[in-house]
Amino acid sequence: MSAPLRARDRASGPAEARPAAPRGVAATRPRGKPSAGPAAQLLAAFRKDLLLSWRSRAQAMAVVVFGATALLLLSFAVGPDAASLRRFAGGFLWVALLFSSTLALAESFRAEGEQKALEGLLLLAASPVSLFYGKALANWLQLLLVGIGLLPILVVLYDPDLSRMPALAGLLALGSAALSAPGTLYAGMASQVRAQQVLLPLLLFPLVVPVLLAAVKASSLLLLGDPMGQAGAWALLLAAFNGIYWPLCGLLFSTVIEE
Amino acid sequence: MDASTPAIEAKGLCRRFGRAWALAGVDLHIPAGKAVIVAGRNGSGKSTLLRVLAGALRPDRGSLRVFGEEALRDRETLRRQVGLLAHASYTYDSLSALQNLQVAARMLGIPADRKSLLPPLEEVGLAHRADDPIHGYSAGMRRRLAFARLLLQSPSIVLLDEPYAQLDPPGFRFVDRLILRLLGEGRTVLVASHHLEECAKVGDLGVVLEAGRVAWSGDAARLPLEVVDPAQAAREAV
Repeated sequence: MSAPLRARDRASGPAEARPAAPRGVAATRPRGKPSAGPAAQLLAAFRKDLLLSWRSRAQAMAVVVFGATALLLLSFAVGPDAASLRRFAGGFLWVALLFSSTLALAESFRAEGEQKALEGLLLLAASPVSLFYGKALANWLQLLLVGIGLLPILVVLYDPDLSRMPALAGLLALGSAALSAPGTLYAGMASQVRAQQVLLPLLLFPLVVPVLLAAVKASSLLLLGDPMGQAGAWALLLAAFNGIYWPLCGLLFSTVIEE
Repeated sequence: MDASTPAIEAKGLCRRFGRAWALAGVDLHIPAGKAVIVAGRNGSGKSTLLRVLAGALRPDRGSLRVFGEEALRDRETLRRQVGLLAHASYTYDSLSALQNLQVAARMLGIPADRKSLLPPLEEVGLAHRADDPIHGYSAGMRRRLAFARLLLQSPSIVLLDEPYAQLDPPGFRFVDRLILRLLGEGRTVLVASHHLEECAKVGDLGVVLEAGRVAWSGDAARLPLEVVDPAQAAREAV
């Protein structure tokens, strides 16, 4: 360590300028930051993510339009045969939702990176687990809305049985939850690197193959008829996937986003 | 806590980015309730040091104790003690200043209503733009908002990375007043800055970093200008 090279005059230095500390302050440490509980932080993160989505609602609309375009293009691949269109409707709905989800999930982390806002939340001593579940729940809600937004397009293009739409909406809730938890985790991971738009589908698609399989099977059974009552078993598989991945992704999130 | 317990005690802190060592073994002993100026040229490791001390970066090697307690194993505890004003404003561009403070307040569990959050915005001179989305703010206004966000936190240790950057002259005076107020409240303040003349008004101790190591430490009044800013030192010598 070098010696001081030059002393500067500081006649009007801090000792003179500083207000006197209250008696006893110097001997006791200030208490440090307050902190909300994990549930309050989760709710705060959820509200924040919904607010950010609302502020960028044009982007959310673009996600729905992208999904609708995918449904339209996929219908061209089958051709005008009504029976074939009906047969593939369930599968195409989930492929369109899966493609749309990568856009929505990546967008959910864009605002976090602009001014390192996510790091700012962590430095407020916010729990990474709360931040994950707040964001994953917001993503779930958005994906569900995208899926429900695609249903009228599905009806127009593929002419499925309208009476099964409420059950299909329930299945959408289960399937979009299964996309949302690992999708949020991987979107967080991909947001740390430059090629995030490429990396997210590469990471997410292989993992959600069971989700896609189960959701497509259950949807097709709902839309085409389910004489053997098998749709419930596929829905159970989706529920099991959620039961495993929601807690697991919550545990892994801090490892993914922390330096 | 013993009154003599240092606020920060770091030994051999190292942090590498790729092949380059931003911190190459930093030892620090910062007494509680003091203002410490961290000086050094660009790339000397000032910002990295502050980010490690705030719990934003994990050091590759070394130990860190905050108020006598091991701080690297449980970073949430560290983060409860330390507040950082960084280069980034830690805000959301599409939200207003008020909404950004509301997000922070809800995370901290303090009142997040308009009435509670307007005073910090008034303090930094942004109350009249409280409802405007901050993507329309200038760099200086964003800096002021970052100060307002820091004011909400009331941490025991305050780390200010280039606090004078992007501010106008009234902003400089605001920073000086803020540092003096924090010290008056018994908080410990670390200021990394190139504005040594401003810092000298409020600093007790000084540390000079060079190539990721502490090259000098001592009384802030004796900060070796030659190391930090040779041009200014030459001007003063004349």
